[in-house]
Amino acid sequence: MEAIVNQLPIGLSIAAVLLLIALGLTFTFGQMGVINMAHGEFIMAGAYTAYLLQGWAGRQAVLVALPVAFVVAGVMGLILERVAIRHFYGRPLDTLLLTWGVSLVLQQLARDLFGAPNVQVRAPEWLQGGVGILPYNRLFIFALAVGSVVAIWGYMNRTSQGRRMQAVMQNRQLAAVSGINTGRVDQRTFFIGSGLAGIAGVALTLIGPVGPALGTYYIVDAFLVVVAGGLGQLRGALIAAAALGLLNSYAEFWTNASLAKVIVFVVIIAFLQIRPQGLFVLKARALT
Amino acid sequence: MRNSAWRIGAAIAVLATGLAACGGEPSTTTGGTAAASGGGDTIKVGLLHSLSGTMAISEVTVRDAELLAVEEINKAGGVLGKQLVPVAEDGASDWPTFAEKATKLIAQDKVATVFGGWTSASRKAMLPVFEKRKALLWYPVQYEGLESSPYIFYTGATTNQQIVPGLDYLKEKGKKKIFLVGSDYVFPRTANKIIKAYAAANGMQVLGEEYTPLGHTEYSTLVNKVVAAKPDAVFNTLNGDSNVAFFKQLKSAGVTAEQMPVMSVSVAEEEVKGIGVDNIAGHLVAWNYYQTTENPANAKFVEAFKAKYGADRVTSDPMEAGYNAVYLWAEAVKKAGTTEVEAVKKAAGGIALERPEGTVTIDGENQHMYKTARIGVIEPDGQIKEVWNSGKPIKPDPYLKTYSWAGGLT
Repeated sequence: MEAIVNQLPIGLSIAAVLLLIALGLTFTFGQMGVINMAHGEFIMAGAYTAYLLQGWAGRQAVLVALPVAFVVAGVMGLILERVAIRHFYGRPLDTLLLTWGVSLVLQQLARDLFGAPNVQVRAPEWLQGGVGILPYNRLFIFALAVGSVVAIWGYMNRTSQGRRMQAVMQNRQLAAVSGINTGRVDQRTFFIGSGLAGIAGVALTLIGPVGPALGTYYIVDAFLVVVAGGLGQLRGALIAAAALGLLNSYAEFWTNASLAKVIVFVVIIAFLQIRPQGLFVLKARALT
Repeated sequence: MRNSAWRIGAAIAVLATGLAACGGEPSTTTGGTAAASGGGDTIKVGLLHSLSGTMAISEVTVRDAELLAVEEINKAGGVLGKQLVPVAEDGASDWPTFAEKATKLIAQDKVATVFGGWTSASRKAMLPVFEKRKALLWYPVQYEGLESSPYIFYTGATTNQQIVPGLDYLKEKGKKKIFLVGSDYVFPRTANKIIKAYAAANGMQVLGEEYTPLGHTEYSTLVNKVVAAKPDAVFNTLNGDSNVAFFKQLKSAGVTAEQMPVMSVSVAEEEVKGIGVDNIAGHLVAWNYYQTTENPANAKFVEAFKAKYGADRVTSDPMEAGYNAVYLWAEAVKKAGTTEVEAVKKAAGGIALERPEGTVTIDGENQHMYKTARIGVIEPDGQIKEVWNSGKPIKPDPYLKTYSWAGGLT
């Protein structure tokens, strides 16, 4: 019985991980229609940032790395957007292939720079231990996910930049004729979306492997959250992550890890039959 | 229409560029003074490991050790007066790719032998290729046994040289209730069948058996199940990156090695570095070789490896088995006087060499090795300290014919 109760916080902590990895995608996929397969590699870049910062930050590297990884991954995203993706807007299939190629290149780059074996990122002492079944590092990830959502919500709704972003998202042409530099907004969106992947990467060093293949382990889950939540919907991503986290946790508890994956996929497919647009739909969106 | 066709073409071009960049490394032919020409004074040997994908973490290190052996043999004059030219291919952690690349090495490069593989799935994929083309494969990793192909030499441990001694050790320490955790593919499933048969015959209790897909990184639910079952020990057959997530999450759930030691059969020195020694110190492993194993051959191996690849690199059991494989094959070729497969196979039986793990003898009958089993505990410095060994090399018994409890296994 105790084990069943324990699955609840476990499910929520899985949800926090899902939310963190999907948050950036909500922007780049949901808002801009770019299927960014390289999102996983931006997560990887964040994790390696924490690894590199260990040199001088020691065990506090994870904390120091959060803002640094945001900028590192963000700049990588910005470069990708400027150099390649902007030539492919409105062609989702092409961006899928393009960014998949980029993700392979980035994986190999990591392998050449850091070697194929996993590297170690030491967790800070103050994240050792935990309350009950929930370790402090899971609580840290939970807090980070909540913090990120609040920050994003604030940015979108309380700043003029964020409002411009929403305007472009709702109707690109109308925003453009209203004097918004949509190209500039796109860049900013890509920077923030990719930067969030970097933050997720730092958090994942606490619980998972840090190696060249890191991104590939999370990319599918991230897309699931975005698709189930509805494109470009912060609220949707939040609820979808929570639902998938809990579903994962209980499905695995009652069956096993392999079957749990199947169950999650079946549920999502069934759900998308009923609601192809995901949980929430942007009503004002112009169909282009 | 024309426009969209062009677009798809462009996308494919981009994709191909990505793949080419990804596969850039494997085609390198390294070592040896001879240019990779395959002329009359060189012998080509194939090295087929995953240099990309989830298994690259482990397999690249074996490839490195094999390259070192090739280089050393070349420096010492080569084999039959000819220099060895390694041809490396990437199995890409994808089993059909292994079969395809094996065919390429045999048919196109015409290599004398192939050293390669890590997962049992990759070996099972390559097996029919080698049997059909009557070519030789040297497989360097411990595995689940119950196999003996006439065209494969197994230089890693079979179950009675690793898993059975591991269980003997747990039994000796009074760990009667065990929990099985493994990746979801052929090695862990077969290994666990053997473990369950052993447990039933030896008064041990298996409290649970859990599998996760390869590359799985979310272990909190599994850890919760293990903790709830309260076993004395965990027997771990996870492979690849999953070990990192498993040990990190086990540690942060507050499980210590004193309460519940984990006996791993796929975690060696190289993996300890990636897992982080804080997360795994005190847990147990079962192998035939550790970097700390004391003998002159090992001192030489460790020194040569570090000189070639860097002082921070470590050596491990599969690496040593890959390194041995090249030497054992070279010895068999010398004895046979030719690289012709049937002659080499015939000459191989009974060859005994002093290797870093101690004396290794080829069993001519099942083409496995006599190996000494060693149980080790992971030390806070990342090295593994031997706490028990079998005293002498154990005769390989891939079908466990000499164990009465193993009768029902197939």
